[in-house]
Amino acid sequence: MSAVANETVPLASTSRAGELPAGTANGRPPRRRVQRFGAAPSPVVRTVILVLAGILFVGPILAMLEFTFRIGLTGHYGFVHYLAFLHPDGTVDYSPLFQGIINSLTICVITVAIVLVILLPTMLLVELRYPRMRRILEFVCILPITIPSIVLVVGFVPVYRTVASIFGSQAWTLAFAVGIIVLPYAFRPIATNIAAFDLVTLSEAARSLGASWPRVILRVILPNLRRGIVSAIFLTIAVVLGEYTIASFLSQNTFQTALVLLQHGDPYVATIFAVAALLFAFVLLIVIGRLGTGGRKSRKAS
Amino acid sequence: MVAIGSTRVAGEARTSSLPRRRRFGVAWLGLTPFAAYVILFLAVPAVIAVASGFFSATGSITFANLAALGDPTIVKAFQGSFLVSIVSALGGAVVGALICFAMLGTRPDGFLRTTIDSASSVLAQFGGVMLAFAFIALIGSQGILSKWILSITGVNINEIGTNGPLLYQVPGLIMPYLYFSIPLMVLTFMPAMEGLKAQWGEAAATLGATRLQFWTKIGMPVLAPAFWGSVLLLFANAFSSYATAAALIDQGGITPLSIKQQLTSETVVGVANVAGVLALGMLVVMVIVMVAYSFLQRRAARWTR
Repeated sequence: MSAVANETVPLASTSRAGELPAGTANGRPPRRRVQRFGAAPSPVVRTVILVLAGILFVGPILAMLEFTFRIGLTGHYGFVHYLAFLHPDGTVDYSPLFQGIINSLTICVITVAIVLVILLPTMLLVELRYPRMRRILEFVCILPITIPSIVLVVGFVPVYRTVASIFGSQAWTLAFAVGIIVLPYAFRPIATNIAAFDLVTLSEAARSLGASWPRVILRVILPNLRRGIVSAIFLTIAVVLGEYTIASFLSQNTFQTALVLLQHGDPYVATIFAVAALLFAFVLLIVIGRLGTGGRKSRKAS
Repeated sequence: MVAIGSTRVAGEARTSSLPRRRRFGVAWLGLTPFAAYVILFLAVPAVIAVASGFFSATGSITFANLAALGDPTIVKAFQGSFLVSIVSALGGAVVGALICFAMLGTRPDGFLRTTIDSASSVLAQFGGVMLAFAFIALIGSQGILSKWILSITGVNINEIGTNGPLLYQVPGLIMPYLYFSIPLMVLTFMPAMEGLKAQWGEAAATLGATRLQFWTKIGMPVLAPAFWGSVLLLFANAFSSYATAAALIDQGGITPLSIKQQLTSETVVGVANVAGVLALGMLVVMVIVMVAYSFLQRRAARWTR
């Protein structure tokens, strides 16, 4: 990462340095030894800071990787632990981990459904019909950031006694609680996207051209909100896969609780899955980033 | 139903003579699923969590449980929470601000920026069990860095003091907490940093200011509200974090771990429902911090327009 980054940094900053003095229009040649001013750091300072930060942040992740290749305490390295869970010899039971992953994915699907079926229509309705409720909706959706999961859990324990008596004590019921934790992360990207378009004017234009409301929603509004909705879904997935607090207190087996359990039996395989999950989250977020910039570019081009 | 209700609104929006009537539309019903969901799974648990602290073991209302907040182990847990959160928030804010500073002048949609942005969003969310694993592999008793330091200096970082391995004590949490605080700082502070207008630098330079003067007289004062706002957000995030600590520390030491102890094994304190009292205590701290945060954010927003 840092190698490529180092190449791009000086390039970007020289072009920028060239632009600034030209903008001041004092006629001086902008190139050699211009007195630097303004906020931007020199390329050297920038590189030093970013490389140091890169090392600090890559370090622990590399340490995790190194750990997964260790063969016990012998000091040798190998793929033993990668083969271990692919061909289990029966000494460690990996089934809770796989069950935990399945449970987490199920919770993911239901939580995404909650976002799409409950949150999204509410946001559209508020935007189109009750703009005065916007502040209240925003307050409610951001509120879970202020109330720590560990505090909510104290209340979830009795609430889930009721939930369990209705649906049974199943892992998927966690989605209701996790959906609340997810609210701020799902709300933000969709709200940003809504703010970028004048949905009221768009929908009125479509209506005046004779489109029915379902058609307006499907053909006009949702396509415009695609980017926000996809970001919300990805963030939801990332949060659900990383959720530990609620699952552990409500005694359900999810990916994270299974990792903790497995860490006592086989810390190597637990770490392998932790690295894998991290990479998965990283790819997910890169895709969101691509959607953000790529979407805008293609719109300009067309 | 929705279609009929909404046409009326479209008509009204143009004439805008009868704004009152839209209040009686059927579309109100559309808000009920969300309202019901939020009441059942956010309002009810939050109220139960806080209210449970005011009930005695027999179910009568009491304020006696609040005495738990004076219990030495609970006081120590709050102190531990404050220590870890304050240090990691300040440290994270300074380092994060430096990284933001380093990114100034790079293209916002360039490779460098998008990579750092994505990495920050992942790592800021990384505050769970996996983070604990990473630091066990790095500075745990068999960690690669601890072994390296031992082989070079002969000092075992996990045998300094008498409390056992560094990572399994409360101050040891600071390092993992920094690991998710710094990226969060980058995410929240970068917009403010970008709000520094190039013209201000040019204006200051025209008046003969040095770059140091630019930062001390213009940059830092303008960024101060945003900076302290971010510090508060980092504090709140660290203060409410649970998973990393739970994966590293078996006993108590910070407030969330005390809540866990109270929920799983009940009273050592001598009064009932201590978990509720602790939840109330945490919530009071969080509300104060978040109110101050939104105030500072509003101050900071003045310069981004």
